[in-house]
Parts: sequence; structure tokens; C-alpha cells
Amino acid sequence: MSELSTRERIHPGTAPGEDYHLEIVGEGDFATADMTLSIGPAHPATHGVFRIVLEMDGERVRSARPVIGYMHRGFEKLAEYRDYRQIMALVNRHDWLSGFSNELGVALAVEQLMEFEVPDRAQWIRMLMAEWNRVLNHLMFVGSFALELGAITPMFYAFREREDIQHMMEAATGGRLHFTYNQVGGVKIDLPKGFLRTSAELTTITRKRLVDYRDLILGNEIFQARTKGVGALPTDVALSFGVTGPTLQATGLPEDSRVTEPYLKYGEIDVPVPVGENGDAFDRFFCLLGRIEASLDIIDQVLDHIGPGPVNSKLPKMVKAPEGATYVRTENPLGQLGYWLESDGGRTPWRLKMRTPSFSNVQAIPYLLEGVLVPDAVAVLGSVFFVVGDIDR
Amino acid sequence: MIELTSASATAFVAQAVSVFDVGDGFVVPLLLKLVFILAMFFVVPILGGYLEHKVMGRMQDRRGPVEAGPFGSLQLVADGIKFIQKEDVIPRAADPWVFAMAPGVALVPVLLVLLVIPIGPGVFALDLELGLFYALAISSISTLGILMGGWASANKFSLLGGLRAAGQLIAYELPLILAAAAVALQAGTLSLVGIVEAQATFLIPGTDINLWYLFPQLLGFGIFFLAAMAELARPPFDMPIADSELVFGYMTEYTGIKFAMFLLTEYAGMIVMGGLIAVLYLGGWQLLPGVPLPGCEGAGGIFDCGWQGQLLGVAVTLGKMMLIVFLFVWARVTYPRLREDQLQRMAWLVLVPLALLNLAVITVAKVVF
Repeated sequence: MSELSTRERIHPGTAPGEDYHLEIVGEGDFATADMTLSIGPAHPATHGVFRIVLEMDGERVRSARPVIGYMHRGFEKLAEYRDYRQIMALVNRHDWLSGFSNELGVALAVEQLMEFEVPDRAQWIRMLMAEWNRVLNHLMFVGSFALELGAITPMFYAFREREDIQHMMEAATGGRLHFTYNQVGGVKIDLPKGFLRTSAELTTITRKRLVDYRDLILGNEIFQARTKGVGALPTDVALSFGVTGPTLQATGLPEDSRVTEPYLKYGEIDVPVPVGENGDAFDRFFCLLGRIEASLDIIDQVLDHIGPGPVNSKLPKMVKAPEGATYVRTENPLGQLGYWLESDGGRTPWRLKMRTPSFSNVQAIPYLLEGVLVPDAVAVLGSVFFVVGDIDR
Repeated sequence: MIELTSASATAFVAQAVSVFDVGDGFVVPLLLKLVFILAMFFVVPILGGYLEHKVMGRMQDRRGPVEAGPFGSLQLVADGIKFIQKEDVIPRAADPWVFAMAPGVALVPVLLVLLVIPIGPGVFALDLELGLFYALAISSISTLGILMGGWASANKFSLLGGLRAAGQLIAYELPLILAAAAVALQAGTLSLVGIVEAQATFLIPGTDINLWYLFPQLLGFGIFFLAAMAELARPPFDMPIADSELVFGYMTEYTGIKFAMFLLTEYAGMIVMGGLIAVLYLGGWQLLPGVPLPGCEGAGGIFDCGWQGQLLGVAVTLGKMMLIVFLFVWARVTYPRLREDQLQRMAWLVLVPLALLNLAVITVAKVVF
């Protein structure tokens, strides 16, 4: 009737030459064939162009294979053709939900190569902004995870909070997502008048609203039934995949480079690290909410410490990092972000290697998806927090 | 006591005459009824949809539609016009006939159920003696349309959605019917008009306090409500659609007017279920238990109404339908989606035994009093 070959009829969506198989499962009249289901690259649960190929027996996933690279933009190569000022505007785009934290990593790396001491106020401002950025990022995932489980309302609540915070950050940086506020030697300009007061107010408001999330999501019986015991990740497996951030903390390991290897002024303040018990989707979400609260605590402490002073330093018009190499790791919202910066003394890096948290976190997905049902697969995908741009770069 | 009242109710049903039965002709009343049903079918779901938009907006800290018409009330009309303009795509691998028929098979039964739902004193198209049986039997045909759509789309997401829908609708048909059976048992009739009238004359044994069936059958009401929600695949039981898992379930491949027909099935289904709940548990068109509507104190009893009473009765029924729709929307805004296996477990291990218990209790009460 149609020109489709048998292969295309059985596996619409598989490209010619792509391997597939029809395996017969079970015996007698109950024998069934496996079905290959390609979720993505454009699917609501992948929020981006991420593809995952599931081999399924009915609704049960037998094996999962993530296919990445649909959003590869060549960031590492692009960085080799840009000077350090331009790189700031580049790196805040690979994980678009943590723009400021990405910039921070590059700035720290260059400053480390130059053995440059950044003024105190600039360091506090960087911490303040990084934590607000973390709150923004986590709120997004609070909303999107609930959405993946079918609860539509938390998304709108999260965006209400995000809007307030973004409005405040826009006043300081001019950007809502890509702040480009860092520069080598400090931050671009000082905070606008009233910023610290708004910050203090927003921590109170956000903390008050977090109670709603706890009641609406964490306390909900259906949410608990959907997430408890789903996609449990043991600590050793998580470590072997290089999983970091809330996903690792949910397994019970209080690993956070703000604590274990403090940068900026994190050593001078108290950084709470929430941990889970079982490493399942529920614990991951619990840690995510806990990290928002921790960030708000840190912001309150920063507001106590921040004092007057210069926010940047006099540097030559064209910043050149001296010859050498360094590795800087920071605790990004989604996990550990590492930049390996190698310079030959020129105005651009000779090599900028990125170790992004999303890339490492999605490595655990095939392990987590084996044997779960399709609805649980979505719960797992939503709770291993990742940004597609951060996977592919 | 109950025997007496139900006997009087059945006696009344035998005489129940629709307002549309004007004159002795056949064609004019029939046309009037068809126009009435079609108007109900197109207008009331839009009311329900508008209510959903606005209520969801308020609950989610936004405004809902504001541009189309006064206060955005014509948003769904605009959506309908948009759907008609869209290209009607039939996937190459799909089974074209089954694919095209599926939305109709899903939609028409809902329309047919509207025939028997009384929305005011004398305002109904048909008073079947087996009205309740008819409504439940016809409404389960919709499942077939959904399964057809899921199968014929030649899409794996659609297939999963269609099969989920079939499993879910079969599982929830049973508690729905058992809960409704308890009502029919208490009323002593299967006629929907008769059930409303039986509720108007139901007295708490030993007193002369009139109550709707909501109160003696609170458990049954809860079961019916949950099962209706699952039947309609409304969140938190929307696994057949599950937009974050199955893209859009059995509707994934549908576009344009066919997609709109599936959507209309959902909204009209909400209205029909709201109407059934209003009739079975909330006393139909009565404003308050035991109080006749103004203008309804004629010689034929409390349902002998003038036109004011009839209009008021229609308004009351619509209000009750909208109240049920509001509850559906509230649940949608609040809860995440259940998993398919959790849903089945709830149906077979919780709702069915409870519905049987409810039926048993009602039976015993009916015999004792």
C-alpha cells in the first residue's frame, strides 16, 4: 500500500543503517516483541534536543541509550578564538540557566594563572550573584520536574519567584539570563543603589514561598508514590559516573566544592549542604529544595559581610594570561564545573577544556533507566537535573 | 416509607412530559429536541472550558484568557475557528479510515448521553425508563474511539496512550456502575427524571427531613466522582494523554478539526459527568433539599412548574454542573499524575471493594427501613 519498507514500518524513526533488533520475549501465546521507542530529540520530557532510545517490553524499559550531540556548538574551539573579555559572553551560554556561575569559573581560572588578587567587595558580590543564580536555576528545575510528573502549577509559581529575582539581577547586570557581569579582576560595575536591601527582602519572600513548594509537592501523596524508590542511585555508582551536585548529594554524600575546596570567600562563612538517604528521585528533589534554602542562608551571610571598596582592578586593555595551565572547579548549580585553561601567553586561550556537570550526570541515565516503567523513566529524566546545552556544549 | 415514596416517584415518571412535547405532532417536538441537544452540546462545554481557563489562571497566579471577547469568554470559539483552518494531516503509515473515524466514534456517544439528562423540571429530550443504564452503556463506547485513534495512528506514543486508555476505562467502568447502581437501588428506578424526583421525596427514616442522595451515599459519591475523573482521563488520571511522557498519547498524530473533536469530547464529557453527578447525588434541579423552586407549587406537585420555575431549574442544574467542573479543574491544578499501575491498583483494590460495600449497605438499609 505504501512504499515504506518493513523495517520502517516496524521502526519508524530509525535511520537507515541504524542497528535494531526484534527480540522475542516470553513463550507460547504470550510471546511479545521488543519495541524501540525513540524519545526525542524533540520531546516534552527532554526539555531541549536530547534523545534517548529505549528498548521496551510493553511499558517496561529493558535498556536505554542516550544520544547526545544535537546541540553541539563547539564552545571549546570557539573559545580559542576569543579574548578573555569575549569568552565571558561565550561561556554563560553553555549552561544557560547558570550563566553567572559559568563566567565565574573562567574569571577565576585566568586570575589564578595571573596570580591576581581580586578586591574583597568584588569577591562578595560574585558570591552573592552566584547564589542568586543558583536559586534561579533550582527554581526552574523545581517547576520542570513537577511538570514532568504532571503537576502544572509549581511551574507558574517558580516563574513568579524567578521573575522577581531576575528583575533584581537585571538592575545590576543588564541581563536576565546571560549576565556577562564578571570580568577578569572583579565584576563589571558596582551594584546599583538598593540592591542589597532588595536582596534581603527577596530572601525573606522566597523562603516564605518555599513552604508552599514543600506542601504542594514534597508533601503530596501522589508525588511521593511517584518518586520514592524510583531511580535509586548508590553513592559508589554515582561516583564512578562522575555524578556531582544535587544528584550526588541525594545519595548521602555531602560533597560540595564550596565546602571541600572553598573558593572566593566561601571558607569564611557557613555553607549548609543538604543530603539525602536513598539517592532516589524523591531525595534528589529534596536536595534541590534544600539547596535553595542553603543558598538563601548564604546570601544572608554575604549581606552581613559585604563592605565598601573597589569592585574591579586596573588591568591592561588586553588581558593576557601568562604561559601555563590551570584547572579551576566551582560548584555550579547542577554540579561541579571544571575549566582547564592552557595559555601560551597570548590574548586567547590555547585550550579551554570544559568539564560540565550535566555531561557527567547524564552518564548515569542508562544505569537508572534499566527495568523501570515509562512514567518512571520520565521521573528519572526529570530528576537527574541537566541542561542540554551543558551536555553538548 | 421509601417504598411509598419510590412508588409515587415511578407513578410520576409514567406521566413525565418534556416541555418539548408541544402539540400532537411528531416532527416539531423532535426538531425542538434536536436543536436543544445540539445547543447544549456546543454551548455548555464552552462554558465549562471557559471556567477551566479562568479558574486555572487564578489558581496559578495568572489571568487566563483576556483578549477574545468580553473577559476572554470567546477564547474557545476562537480556538475552534483556528482548528477548522488547520491542515488536516493523516500520517502516511496510518490506517486512514479508522484514523478518520476515531474522533467521531469518541464524540458521538457523549452527544447521545445528553439526550437523557434532565436539566430542569420537564426540560429533557427523552425520559427513558432505563435512562441511567443507557447513559453508562453509551458513554463507554467513547473508549472504542480512543483505542481506534491510538491504534490507527501508527505512532508508538499513540499506541501506548490508546492501550493505557483502554485499560484505565475498563478498570473504572466497574466502580462507576456499582456506585450508580446503589443510587438506582435507593431510588427504585433507572429513569434519571425518576431519580431526581425520588430525591425530592426522600426523607430520613423516622423524620420528615428531606435530603439529597449525596448524604446517605457520600461514599458512593466519592467513588463516582473519582471514577468519572478517571473515565474522562482528567488529571491526575490523565495517563492516556500524559504530555510529558507520551507527547499527547492517542491524540499525538491528530491535527485540525479532528483534534478539536477529541478536545470537545473531553469538555463535553466533563459536562455529561457533571450532569450525571448533579442528577444522581445533588438533587438535579432543586435549589435546596425539601424546598420547591419558586413557581413550582402547582397542582401536579412540586415539579409542576411555570416557565419561571423551569428556567430557574435549568440555571440550578447548570450551576451544579459547573461546580463539578470546578472540582475537576481544582484536582487538575493541584495533583501530579499517578502511574498507570498505581491507578489500576487503586481501581481494583480500593474502589471496587468500597463500591460493593456501598451497594451492600444501601441494599440492607433499603430492606430494613
